[in-house]
Amino acid sequence: MRRDGSARGGLRIVGTAARKVDGPAKCTGALRFADDIVLPRTLACRILRSHVPHARIRGIDTTRARARPGVFAVLTGSDLPIPFGILPVSQDEHALCPDKVRFVGDPVAAVAAVDEETAWEAANAIRVDYDRLEPIMTIEQALSTETPRIHDYGEGGNVHKKVSLEFGDAEAGLRDADAVFEDIFFYEGSTHLPMEQHSATAMPEPDGRLTVWSSTQTPHYLHRALAKVLEMPASRIRVIACPNGGGFGGKSDPFNHEIVVAKLALLTGRPVKVTLTREEVFYCHRGRHPVLMQVKTGIARDGSIRALHFRSWLDGGAYGSYGVASTYYTGALQTVTYPIGAYKFEGLRVFTNKPPCGPKRGHGTPQPRYALEVHIDKIAERLGVDPADYRLRHLVPPGSLTVNHLRIGSMGLRTCIEKVVAGSGWKEKFRRQPRGRGIGLACSSYISGAGLPIYWNNMPHTGVLLKIDRGGGVTVFCGEIDIGQGSDTVLAQVVAEVLGIDPLDIRIVAGDTDLTPVDLGSYSSRVTLMMGNAAIQAAEKARGILATAAAREWAICAERVVFAGGRVLDSGDPGRAMSFADAVQRAEAASGTIGTVGSYTPPPSTARYRGSGVGPSPAYSYSAAVVEVAVEAATGLVHVERVHLAHDVGRAINPVLSVGQVEGSVYMGLGEALMEEQSFRANRNGVHRAPSMLEYKSPTTMEMPEVVTYLVEDPDPNGPFGAKEVGQGPLLPIAPAVANAVHDAIGVRVDAIPITPDAILRALQAPSKRAGPVRVPATDWPEPVRVPAPALDARPAPDTRPPRDAP
Amino acid sequence: MMRLPPCGYIAPATLAEATAILRDEGPEAAILAGGTDLLAKMKRRQQRPSTLVGLRRVVGLRGVRGGPRSGLRIGAMTTLAELERHEAVRAHYPGLHQALRSIATPLLRNAGTIGGNLCLDTRCNYYDQSFEWRRAINFCMKCDGDVCWVAPGSDVCLAVASSDAAPVLCAFGARLVLAGPRGERTIEAKDLYRRDGIRFLAKDPAEILAAVLLPPAGRLRSSYSKLRRRGSFDFPVLGVAACLRFDRDVVADARLWLTAVSMAPVQAEEAERALVGRPLTGASIDEAAECAWARAKPVDNTDFTVRWRKEMTRHHVRQALGALTSSVRFA
Ligand SMILES: Cc1cc2nc3c(=O)[nH]c(=O)nc-3n(C[C@H](O)[C@H](O)[C@H](O)COP(=O)(O)OP(=O)(O)OC[C@H]3O[C@@H](n4cnc5c(N)ncnc54)[C@H](O)[C@@H]3O)c2cc1C
Ligand code: SF4
Repeated sequence: MRRDGSARGGLRIVGTAARKVDGPAKCTGALRFADDIVLPRTLACRILRSHVPHARIRGIDTTRARARPGVFAVLTGSDLPIPFGILPVSQDEHALCPDKVRFVGDPVAAVAAVDEETAWEAANAIRVDYDRLEPIMTIEQALSTETPRIHDYGEGGNVHKKVSLEFGDAEAGLRDADAVFEDIFFYEGSTHLPMEQHSATAMPEPDGRLTVWSSTQTPHYLHRALAKVLEMPASRIRVIACPNGGGFGGKSDPFNHEIVVAKLALLTGRPVKVTLTREEVFYCHRGRHPVLMQVKTGIARDGSIRALHFRSWLDGGAYGSYGVASTYYTGALQTVTYPIGAYKFEGLRVFTNKPPCGPKRGHGTPQPRYALEVHIDKIAERLGVDPADYRLRHLVPPGSLTVNHLRIGSMGLRTCIEKVVAGSGWKEKFRRQPRGRGIGLACSSYISGAGLPIYWNNMPHTGVLLKIDRGGGVTVFCGEIDIGQGSDTVLAQVVAEVLGIDPLDIRIVAGDTDLTPVDLGSYSSRVTLMMGNAAIQAAEKARGILATAAAREWAICAERVVFAGGRVLDSGDPGRAMSFADAVQRAEAASGTIGTVGSYTPPPSTARYRGSGVGPSPAYSYSAAVVEVAVEAATGLVHVERVHLAHDVGRAINPVLSVGQVEGSVYMGLGEALMEEQSFRANRNGVHRAPSMLEYKSPTTMEMPEVVTYLVEDPDPNGPFGAKEVGQGPLLPIAPAVANAVHDAIGVRVDAIPITPDAILRALQAPSKRAGPVRVPATDWPEPVRVPAPALDARPAPDTRPPRDAP
Repeated sequence: MMRLPPCGYIAPATLAEATAILRDEGPEAAILAGGTDLLAKMKRRQQRPSTLVGLRRVVGLRGVRGGPRSGLRIGAMTTLAELERHEAVRAHYPGLHQALRSIATPLLRNAGTIGGNLCLDTRCNYYDQSFEWRRAINFCMKCDGDVCWVAPGSDVCLAVASSDAAPVLCAFGARLVLAGPRGERTIEAKDLYRRDGIRFLAKDPAEILAAVLLPPAGRLRSSYSKLRRRGSFDFPVLGVAACLRFDRDVVADARLWLTAVSMAPVQAEEAERALVGRPLTGASIDEAAECAWARAKPVDNTDFTVRWRKEMTRHHVRQALGALTSSVRFA
């Protein structure tokens, strides 16, 4: 790992590889994941799932299940009639399907019994009478099938959502361009594959309350869904999010099994637990949407992009989930890397009889980013320009407003590109290596938290409550949840920095709706930025209280009081100091119990068009990747030898955790680029091909190449200590960089992800030297929402706020 | 995966006792060695034996005796890891060593045994699935159903032989010791297998594989080339085992066996004939690869596309044989 960027600016704890606060508990196995929750008298729950892809339920006979010894309760859809869903506009899920099943794996009935085996046997004794409907398995089929409809809402037929936006006059831009380029791409769906399978336990309390432990990334949204479906006041429900053994967006929706165990617990008066099998996790899914894309670009003589026309067709699976947002995301962030004169985006999401897709790491952006970056590689080739130089010549300036009205803050992409180009020896290698060896480059950008919450409200997106004990211990309460990315440690580091204490003296209480202020959840790369800002606010308030007390004691002004190394000092007199605990006791004597709060709401976006909710963010991270490959022409096998990845993280609050996120992203990106496929057998009842860790092929450590990470730190005025996201962005450039490297190696274009050896052999044999989709379905696009592009002189509006630095 | 269904467990101390139990219990009983294959199948409810007969306590089933000159006697309960580390195997039976190293993962090789590997259930993407999944396709001929979804017209199950060690042992001409209720018998390794995905072993269910007998290493040169998606975990999608005997620089005898392309290991006889009686050269290897390619008829029941898998036969035959050109010692 190499770091570059601003000096540490007097920071002591932020910017260091502080030990993970949950590290020892994870290493010793003491940490309690959701499946480790074991309560006396717990009943086991198993869920009966649909074995047909699309059908009306004519009847369910649970008599035989109920009669079995050891069975305590059996639920069907009629017991939980209220629909739910993560987005207010897509409340289309039921905890158990009441009248219709929409994919193999859709939940139909649930059993609570003395043990898992009894529950399983009973669930399989339930008879469901199905009236089969034609299954719809592809985008094309969904578009051409008016009936049957998978849902009776949406845009008609099996179209869930259509979007059409135009910024400036894209038609004119394409007409007036000196050259127009067009491509069609496909990006296959893939799943998250977290190590931890979802687990939830619900416990009824004697006073009528209910507690639910779950491996969820979004305890607040689960809380809301439980209150809605169970028709219970939220004040009687407590959701405790357990540390997740990986989430990646697969635990961001409220899930049917969570609601089912809650209902069963209320019915039986006993704790009820469910842990999903790996196969069931494949059915929960909410992973990467398969997306077909068409890109058309008008290029001016100087290579700049006069106009971009981007179309995407998303295969949404059986439910809405985050799909409306995903659809917008396939069009939102094309604009934040290279300036675009005018931009038209048309996007469409269909329903199909497969597990629902959703917000897998990168949510809706890896697919269009892959298309754009391969497209640009082709343009650079046609223009005879080195693709690295092309990008360096056309960069969105920091502080500017993009064509779709996104406000850019700090923008370190130039440095990122320079780092990976220099570090990889790009200039000596690109187009200069023997056949079979290749090098490819791609760039990307990602949001640091969405500007708007999922349900409309004008409250903060996160809150932090801080309490200081007389002994000097600090407890920080926040609704965030550590999903392995290290958010607990980031929280401790930020507070420790402000208060000048050791992060290990801070206890984090996270993700508990009874104890912690709301944080919207660990999704959208929002936690470090939003929680970090709220934590700084709370900690600064606390520091103010302590400083006032110490200043009074020393009869100096509070500005002279500084906090470092677990002590409180007088900056004007090096000899004068007291311990942090002493300062706390003085302050408590002076002003009572010490507790402070902080919260954070993103700055409002200036954009005011329908759909403008997706895209705005307090800050954008940037990444550049260079991938080096060896490709065997005889087999089509791709061996990734090295990945260079530079990421502008604004400020690395913890460089080791940041590198961990980069390496994890590279790993996941390579899996998508080369092998992962969440695919189904349309001709065999729509079953998932391989819902197991053995046969769903994802890379192992054996496939993992060397990763050279460069952390670029271009502090953003909106980030805590300048920090931006690092959890998702570095995944985005991997697939296009691999595709571009394969082309450099053997001269073929595989315009479909994953790049399988079979596809490479086919491309080698094709006269076009290409493999990939050749047509897009005929589509009636709605009239676009026309938005004037911001006036050009309004675009580079450098942010005047100074970066938030050391206190 | 669900947890194990309830079942009985008996751990006899002698082979005689074990075979007697198996005879008495009938097909409801299953032999348990390392359990790396069987237990997973039980968790997916593909197999539901009521009694497991564990071989762990049976004396004399574990360990390797003999040497490269006299040949090796390998107890069936010898773990794959022990065998992989065995010096004589590594030095004198490199094809077997390579195959062992490529099986599953190091952790699974610590538990898995050579006996279990040779008796490994045949595999298919329509069969190696949970009960619920198989119910969604209305089951298949191999378990609980009556159609073969890979080839609906087929009256036999086409599930693939997936042991990496089996084709190598066939190529070596190894022999197997089977202990049954009526005593012991010894058969050729290749005769253990039948081209039937359901009844894939030509032995009585009460017969226990007691030992593998490897012939003297002599002037045999062997290699194994495996196609799989990833560098660990994965079962073979294609395996090519080659075992050649040289007479000066001329190939005197050639055995070429493929695995994971059929219900049993397959001998590529035309390819063998293309090699015998001439030095091992690029041209003879190409000819053999071509013959093997024609012989390979993969069906859609493993990872990767059928077309690509067939294409890869040439490549892996070249790899397996190419590895032997360097080890040819010209006397
Ligand atoms: C993730 C995974 C990956 C794998 N990858 C590979 C691979 O790449 N290549 C490969 O070859 N295998 C692979 N395997 C399969 C298997 O685990 C190994 O082949 C192993 O050697 C099986 O041995 P075992 O002792 O665990 O057998 P068990 O599971 O105990 O038994 C397997 C079968 O053989 C029978 N059996 C066992 N011992 C005897 C005996 N002495 N006599 C008669 N019948 C017997 C059992 O009744 C059972 O039907 C993999 C397994 C897993 C779980
Ligand atoms: S080959 Fe046919 S019968 Fe055999 S397991 Fe596969 S689908 Fe079933």
